[in-house]
Amino acid sequence: MSEHAKRVRFLSGNEACSLGALAAGCRFFGGYPISPSSEIAEFLSGQLPKVGGKFIQMEDEIASIGAILGASLAGAKTMTATSGPGLSLMQENLGFGMMAEIPCVVVDVMRGGPSTGNPTGPSQSDVMALRWGTHGDHPVVVVCPASIKEVYYGTIDCFNYAEMMRTPVILAMDEITAHMREKIEIPAPEELHIEYRRKPTVKPGESYFPYQPAQDLVPVMADYGEGIRYHVTGLNHDKTGFPTGNPEIMEEGNRRLLEKIEHNKEKLLKYEEYKVSDAEVLVVAYGSTARSAKRAVDDARERGVKAGLFRPITLYPIPDKALQAAAAKAKRVIVPEMNLGQYIMIVERVLGHSVKLSGVNLVNGEPIQPSRILSAIMGE
Amino acid sequence: MAMDYFEYLRKDKMPHIWCPGCGHGTIVKSILRAIDKLQWKKDDVVVVSGIGCSSRTPGYLDFNTLHTTHGRALAFATGIKVANPKLHVVVVAGDGDSMAIGGNHFIHTCRRNLDITLVVYNNNIYGMTGGQASPTTFKGSRGTTAPYGAIEDPFDVCEMAKAAGASFVARALDLDAVAMDRVIVAAMENKGFSVVDAWSQCTTYFGRQNKWGSASDMMDRYKEMTYNVKAADKLAPEQKAGKFPLGVLHQVQRTEWCEQYDKLIESLKARD
Repeated sequence: MSEHAKRVRFLSGNEACSLGALAAGCRFFGGYPISPSSEIAEFLSGQLPKVGGKFIQMEDEIASIGAILGASLAGAKTMTATSGPGLSLMQENLGFGMMAEIPCVVVDVMRGGPSTGNPTGPSQSDVMALRWGTHGDHPVVVVCPASIKEVYYGTIDCFNYAEMMRTPVILAMDEITAHMREKIEIPAPEELHIEYRRKPTVKPGESYFPYQPAQDLVPVMADYGEGIRYHVTGLNHDKTGFPTGNPEIMEEGNRRLLEKIEHNKEKLLKYEEYKVSDAEVLVVAYGSTARSAKRAVDDARERGVKAGLFRPITLYPIPDKALQAAAAKAKRVIVPEMNLGQYIMIVERVLGHSVKLSGVNLVNGEPIQPSRILSAIMGE
Repeated sequence: MAMDYFEYLRKDKMPHIWCPGCGHGTIVKSILRAIDKLQWKKDDVVVVSGIGCSSRTPGYLDFNTLHTTHGRALAFATGIKVANPKLHVVVVAGDGDSMAIGGNHFIHTCRRNLDITLVVYNNNIYGMTGGQASPTTFKGSRGTTAPYGAIEDPFDVCEMAKAAGASFVARALDLDAVAMDRVIVAAMENKGFSVVDAWSQCTTYFGRQNKWGSASDMMDRYKEMTYNVKAADKLAPEQKAGKFPLGVLHQVQRTEWCEQYDKLIESLKARD
């Protein structure tokens, strides 16, 4: 078998995510079983020790994210994987990771909710929970792949973004993306671009300020045990990392958390534009729903309607300028999603009321069929 | 030569937040003496806490320090230890932090037997939030959420630790610094998960609500409520009834988690 042929695999999304994580340098996974994400924990429990990494099954999702944040402070690239109920449990510590600026990757394989909901059915109903789940104003980076190849590269992107931005980053798959299988050619390691957190270069006698923003607003990060002792807290803190009640410093610190994402937004944005240049009807769809949407756009074109698809791969930060450009000629915008209208609120905010906006929504555990989106495009 | 505490303290973070009469400071000093005695390098020590009065400890100490969310210190500490087993990981927590909101993490960390030392600053009350009843509030004792006295039986930190599989379990009172030093050193030397139930009087909230008097009055109560486990054989059952043993209460040899995992990594290499 040729080298090339050896690299061609037929993988599920959960497998591709696991392999992407390993390729990105993930060496610590703490997790708790939950459908439909469990295959990631299963896969990594077998693979991590083979590369000298660590897998630990924690007692719940709260502990899982606590462990990956701790391991990240000790210098590892870390990940956990869960689904809706587990995501709900992780929210407090997710906020801790954002506040204390600790890189890590959280995979959320979306299933139906609320509550136990539909454990093995697809859904996209965490889209707002991913944005606003933890309390307080906080920075959010979410990547939402729609194919197995994109899961693999999207997972690597998540690790890169986490290391670049010093923040937890979320890979949001829906159950279809996680469980379907597609062909993928695994790239050679040297073909990949891998980011690492920037380390401080402190000379003896100099102080290290763990929360002093660099030019790109992201502070450089020392690992525990490297010889630079510092303090990490979830309390509002100053550049030294110690708690502060100073209103000016708190205001500045809280704002910087959001500004660092906004400032570096262009590095984090990925999206696909499909037949948008002359689109009079624009479909905005993400994840597996975008696959149905693409088919619907083609079908509509065959029927003489100038339809196009804008597919955010980065859900947050919002690719607002690209979305506005894609919708430049659109009279109508349709947002199909497997929830009762969540990302449509974002689209509405970005496009304002100059276009007619409507959703195609389904929460019955079935994927949205192209025909339903086509009907919406045709105005039926 | 006496040790220099300031070697281990972040002087600029003083004064600390603890009330006059609180026992937390004496526990911190025991922890520092133990680290000094064991000659741990400051760069290799990580002190992790959750939320509460006890959890302000890391901020005052010149180590790698982490002040996490309520109850979750052991989960973070687990990640640190597993990711870098060379680090000495010490967790400090209150009774509410470790026995209520963090109870699940407590029992599972006992079960795993990671080489981590947990010191529970046990003052039988939620101090930071203003004196609410905790899982170690004695039955009948008052808290602001138990104005008629607690109707629930408390947890015994040591019995919990033992039952869940901790490989080292000890109890000491803040008033006996020599004993406290001894058990904390032994806990840190134990290659596995060690739990120290360190009693610390909360005069402001527990003492006042329960009319237990001053800090020294509370310490007298602690003495009456406890006995040295080494003297247990000489005491009649009625002399021990309802009282808490002090000293090293449990120690067993169990394989430490990281050592076991390293063996797994090695065995997989051998298989290739």
